[in-house]
Amino acid sequence: MFYREAGQYKKTYSADMAVFPLLQDRVGIAVILLVAAVIIPFFGSNFFISTVMIPFLVFALAAMGLNIVTGYTGLISLGTGAFMGVGAYACYKLTTYFPGVPIIIWIIASGFFSAAVGAIFGLPSLRIKGFYLAVATLAAQFFLEWCFVRIPWLFNYNASGAIEVPTRWIFGIPITGPNATPMTRYYVILGIVVLMTWVASNILHGRIGRSFMAVRDMDIAAELMGIRLLRTKLLAFALSSFYCGVAGATMMFLWYGGGEASDAFNINQSFIILFMVIIGGLGSLIGCFFGAALLHVIPIILKFGLPAIGVPLAGATAEHLNHLLVGGLIIFFLIVEPHGLARLWQITKQKLRTWPFPY
Amino acid sequence: MLYNIFIDPFMQMGAAPDLLVQTIWEGLVAGVLYALIALGFVLIFKASGVFNFAQGIMVVFAGLTLVGLHQKGVPAWLALFLTIGVMGILAMAVERVVLRPLVNQPDIILFMATFGLTFIIIGLGEFIFGGEPKQMIADELGLPQGTMRFDILGGKVIIQKIDVAAAVIASLMIAALALFFQYTRIGRALRAVADSHKAALSVGISLNQIWVIVWFAAGIVALITGIMWGARSDVSFGLQIIALKALPVLILGGFTSVPGAIVGGLIIGVGEKLAEFYWGPLVGGGIENWVAYVIALAFLMVRPQGLFGDKIIERV
Repeated sequence: MFYREAGQYKKTYSADMAVFPLLQDRVGIAVILLVAAVIIPFFGSNFFISTVMIPFLVFALAAMGLNIVTGYTGLISLGTGAFMGVGAYACYKLTTYFPGVPIIIWIIASGFFSAAVGAIFGLPSLRIKGFYLAVATLAAQFFLEWCFVRIPWLFNYNASGAIEVPTRWIFGIPITGPNATPMTRYYVILGIVVLMTWVASNILHGRIGRSFMAVRDMDIAAELMGIRLLRTKLLAFALSSFYCGVAGATMMFLWYGGGEASDAFNINQSFIILFMVIIGGLGSLIGCFFGAALLHVIPIILKFGLPAIGVPLAGATAEHLNHLLVGGLIIFFLIVEPHGLARLWQITKQKLRTWPFPY
Repeated sequence: MLYNIFIDPFMQMGAAPDLLVQTIWEGLVAGVLYALIALGFVLIFKASGVFNFAQGIMVVFAGLTLVGLHQKGVPAWLALFLTIGVMGILAMAVERVVLRPLVNQPDIILFMATFGLTFIIIGLGEFIFGGEPKQMIADELGLPQGTMRFDILGGKVIIQKIDVAAAVIASLMIAALALFFQYTRIGRALRAVADSHKAALSVGISLNQIWVIVWFAAGIVALITGIMWGARSDVSFGLQIIALKALPVLILGGFTSVPGAIVGGLIIGVGEKLAEFYWGPLVGGGIENWVAYVIALAFLMVRPQGLFGDKIIERV
């Protein structure tokens, strides 16, 4: 009834190809941005912002990175956690050497380092395919993880062996470190995520994105059509790692705030992000947000929600139950909607268009 | 620097051949265990095309069930049979709940489903038997203990009896599996399914039944691996990382080849131990975790389908 395109004529090709062709879509995205930028910071508690919203945005960014290489280009990568780590450590080194430069610039710039590393580890993708490639990317995961622990230069020879996030100011407001308020960190991260989503959307809707999808659908055919596999695959890996690297830097600097995070970039992180991508929908940007929201929120609900409604759980039992439930939910969602929440969203939109007379 | 990388390790090998033999032996033993896990993977991958990430956790689960039952007062031999039964039930449950609804989905979806299965088995195992490490009941199962010493090459080589037993049992099991595949009715059906699902279906082989059988077989392989590995260290969920150790073995040998799993396991096991022992100190040690992947990658660059894998033919 409300979601209908009647009367909205598309007069040009670009209008027809727009990302949000319908007025309702544009209004919807504006409302979402408004809620994210105004309502959540002013009405959400600090707990909500720092436990739910900030991790959600970080994971969405990381999932976007993985989706570029797995969902759009069809190359399964299990090295996401490590590429995020490269971003975090690069950002740390950069801000150590150049403390005067605004940290946001370094967070973005750290993406280039992980893009370079990603491109190197993407090289085997030219010869290896499918699960063989997935296992090969695990080499990146384990090698980089080893580097993070064994090369003390990376963490400035700290006694803790982890990144210790320093306080950095922009215009006199602390952005990172222990003094930064959740609201500032939230705004910084929101800005980064919105900007990078916009960039990703443009890249993926353009020539580059189409060549990615051609490679995904069948790389031999794509090659015959004149797409250079070497360049395309490496670009996909680099772009994906760029996003993962920025996500890793934001994760370390704006979410964790240092310390206690030495195993933030391990293999489990890679798997969880892969699962966010799959549950959200392979090859869909909005799916990244759905997947990140779902997979991040479920453990929080289990952790804080169950005691709140009076289910008494000891620490260890809760942990076991959490494993059981998360595993069960993974299988449940795969069975119910193997194409991810993004597909569900499309079906809903289609239903809304014809509602209430589906004929 | 170059001397340290290319010459010095070999000088060390030449100077102390007994150490070299010891290292290679340890590599072979580790390799046998990797090969066993990889074997479980291969069985399932061949029959159903599922990349079973849960194989590693099945090893732990089987070991835990065995030890847990024994701790509850069940005699060891009965616990062994009961554990086999539990693995059978697990196979049926997996087929019914996970595989059947997901039939014909893309590989990656099935892979993620086994990832979910991993979580469930971890949760279930911890829920029932507790998360703390347990001692494997090696004595009760009649496994030999202690060490043997050989004086060769001007030095001593120490061999754990349990390792010899592991190698013997693994060989027996592989031989038994080979015979099973070659000569029994079910074995033939399994090979038919591995060749072509559709053709197998059309001659009346029940895919669902085959999947149960193959997951059950993988469960038994997991149980034996769990016993062997548990006897060397202890049974705990830390063991699940050995699944990640088995992955390079798989890509080295090829996902679809049983001999590949074995040869790959031995190559990775020996390569990894040698690299750790002779080259590890150069970079501060701890390289065991990734050197296996590098070895496997080197092989993959030459043969993208693994050493013994089916040739990948692509058509446009």
